[in-house]
Amino acid sequence: MNMTSKTKKTRDYFGFVFFILLLLSGNSALAEIKKIYVSNEKSSTLTVLDGQSYKVLKTIKTCKRPRGVHFNKDKTKFFVGCADDNVIAIYETASGNRVGRLRNIAEPETFDLTPDGKVLIVSNEEDSTASFVDIASGKIIGDVETGEEPEGVQVTKDGSIVYVASEAANLVHVIDVKSMEVIADILVGTRPRRFALTPDESELWVSAELAGLVDIIDTKTHKVISDISFLPTGFRRNEVTPVDLLMTRDGNTAFVALGRANHVAVVDVVNRKVKNYFLVGKRPWGLALSSDEKKLFVANGLSDDISVIDVTKNKVIRSIPVGQVPYGILIVE
Amino acid sequence: MTFKAQLLFLATVLVFGPSGNAFAAEVEKFTIGYLEITGDPRYEEKRAYARIRVKPHDRPLAGAELAMQQSRIPGRAIKMEFTLERATAENAKGLVAQIHRMKLESGIRFFLVDTNAIVLSVIAKATADNGTVLFNISDYYDRLRGAECQPHLLHTIPSHAMLTDALTQFLVFKKWRKVLLLRGAEPDDMVYASAFIRSAKRYGIKITETHEFKHGNDPRQRDKNNVALLTSGSNADVVFIADIEGEFGRYVPYQTNPPLLVFGTEGLQATSWHWAWERHGAPQLNQRFEKHAKRRMQGPDWAAWTAAKSIIESVIRTRSTDFKKIQTYLLSDKLNLDVYKGAPASYRLWDNQLRQPILLHSHNAIIDRAPIRGFLHQTENMDTLGDDIGDKRCQFQGTK
Repeated sequence: MNMTSKTKKTRDYFGFVFFILLLLSGNSALAEIKKIYVSNEKSSTLTVLDGQSYKVLKTIKTCKRPRGVHFNKDKTKFFVGCADDNVIAIYETASGNRVGRLRNIAEPETFDLTPDGKVLIVSNEEDSTASFVDIASGKIIGDVETGEEPEGVQVTKDGSIVYVASEAANLVHVIDVKSMEVIADILVGTRPRRFALTPDESELWVSAELAGLVDIIDTKTHKVISDISFLPTGFRRNEVTPVDLLMTRDGNTAFVALGRANHVAVVDVVNRKVKNYFLVGKRPWGLALSSDEKKLFVANGLSDDISVIDVTKNKVIRSIPVGQVPYGILIVE
Repeated sequence: MTFKAQLLFLATVLVFGPSGNAFAAEVEKFTIGYLEITGDPRYEEKRAYARIRVKPHDRPLAGAELAMQQSRIPGRAIKMEFTLERATAENAKGLVAQIHRMKLESGIRFFLVDTNAIVLSVIAKATADNGTVLFNISDYYDRLRGAECQPHLLHTIPSHAMLTDALTQFLVFKKWRKVLLLRGAEPDDMVYASAFIRSAKRYGIKITETHEFKHGNDPRQRDKNNVALLTSGSNADVVFIADIEGEFGRYVPYQTNPPLLVFGTEGLQATSWHWAWERHGAPQLNQRFEKHAKRRMQGPDWAAWTAAKSIIESVIRTRSTDFKKIQTYLLSDKLNLDVYKGAPASYRLWDNQLRQPILLHSHNAIIDRAPIRGFLHQTENMDTLGDDIGDKRCQFQGTK
């Protein structure tokens, strides 16, 4: 008993010292949230929120219908895809100033970057293609034909494969990045939207909006091996429309935004079981998790606000009004 | 190479195809039939006075063509190619002959049929139990889903009852419970008016007066052709107008006395599809249709698109070209069809009507989508629109 207690004390002491050292070294894992950028699809703006007080610092006018948002490799810049202007705008993270534009990209929706940060792969809703854009030159270096209404884009850690979901074709395309060729089409549930990869990349999770579930794909065999369905109390299957999803770094927990069901689901990844539901605003789609994985931000498209969930306390702590139809969220730390 | 080796080589090529690439492998064809009547009176250029086009009269073929275009990539995933074979005839008898011919020559078992209720009813009767499935894509008559229903006749276009139920739910929601009913003397007008009367009874809406209108300027018939006189002294909240042709109806708004909102075939109307619908992916579908057809997508276009899509979806999900398998999937609760109206669509097993949300629109906006919030059903809220299982207007004869 004594022994255990003493060991624990010693461990606590070292833990404390380690914590102080971490603070001094400015380790990003424990950095506090400085700012939050939110893209507002209908008001064509970016709302900039203070990371602590959640007050609106400013509202930046953007190109038309900004949707997908993504940091560059070192997070000094970020990209905003504007569907109605066929542009991806580039902003400086610190100042919020626009510093560049990638033009002539047909109706960009969501996108991802290759691990070297040099190539941006974007789904073009109108052209039914996934375009490979060389960021430095702004040139499209290749197009891959997809099913109609391509949406979610997910590049693997080694940058060899990109997955693209086609909403209208109910397909996940597996594309070889180097050759820019489709190597497999995987049939999934109705209206696939977004992806999450398990940390070991053995499983690809894809939300199927109109099937009300998340399909789990074995990345080796390209087969759907399981699915997770969602049903918060008081809702019917048709009212559950999952869109965005993300996973914690340890691969234990996933968060899924349930759209019309106005909830975010918390999923035990290993057991593929729903653990909890958070009631948020109306039609939550976009999700973002702070790097310490303690705060989850949710973009509620039809109530024009952001919900803040304290993951450690299992509680929705704030609701922040932003622009019209908030879509994507970026956390600056 | 010996003769035997040559044979073996040939067999290998035949079985595996000349290339090792999975996507270049043998592609199977699946053909869907598309039938229409030449000189269908519904598509005559019905222009009003001074050549004004009151209502659009376009054949819905473009909707089916769009579905074929869109099937290319999903077809690639299962190595299948979908095509449409169009056939016409002068009457029902001719179309029945076409069905037999296409089934025999091309193995076609699924047909989209663009005809009116009278023709469709004859075709459906004549083809019962011959191993085909027909899709009604353009006729709203309730009786096709009621007294004249057939186990192999499916409907993607909503019934009159679904449309008037949708409008009536909106009236209840707004608490506009008193209605003045104006209807024409044409059979189509009478049928639409009866559907509304049924909906009104179902939802407790009171029809305070019913008048038959007559289009014209004859002063001796002022009580029938003058909207102000037809509505004067009314204590109703709204006017429901049943004028399918639309020539009289278009002069009802702004001419009532007292000022009354207009519903039915003018003012606020119910439809399966509208170009102004902007949610659930609708802008993408509208853009693609406009690009293909060079005009805006209408209800029957959407119904043709949906019918073709439901066949293609069933083939893809069953990964089969077997008629029985496809038909079973099509008419099961597994069908979960994305029809760009939010809720996934499937067929009601009691009358083969596609359950779907109904759009309520003004001339340039979607005002609401039915089922209107608050109208609940024990299993599926969309089944508050049109005939429910308990209505029993359809009694299938024969086998499914």
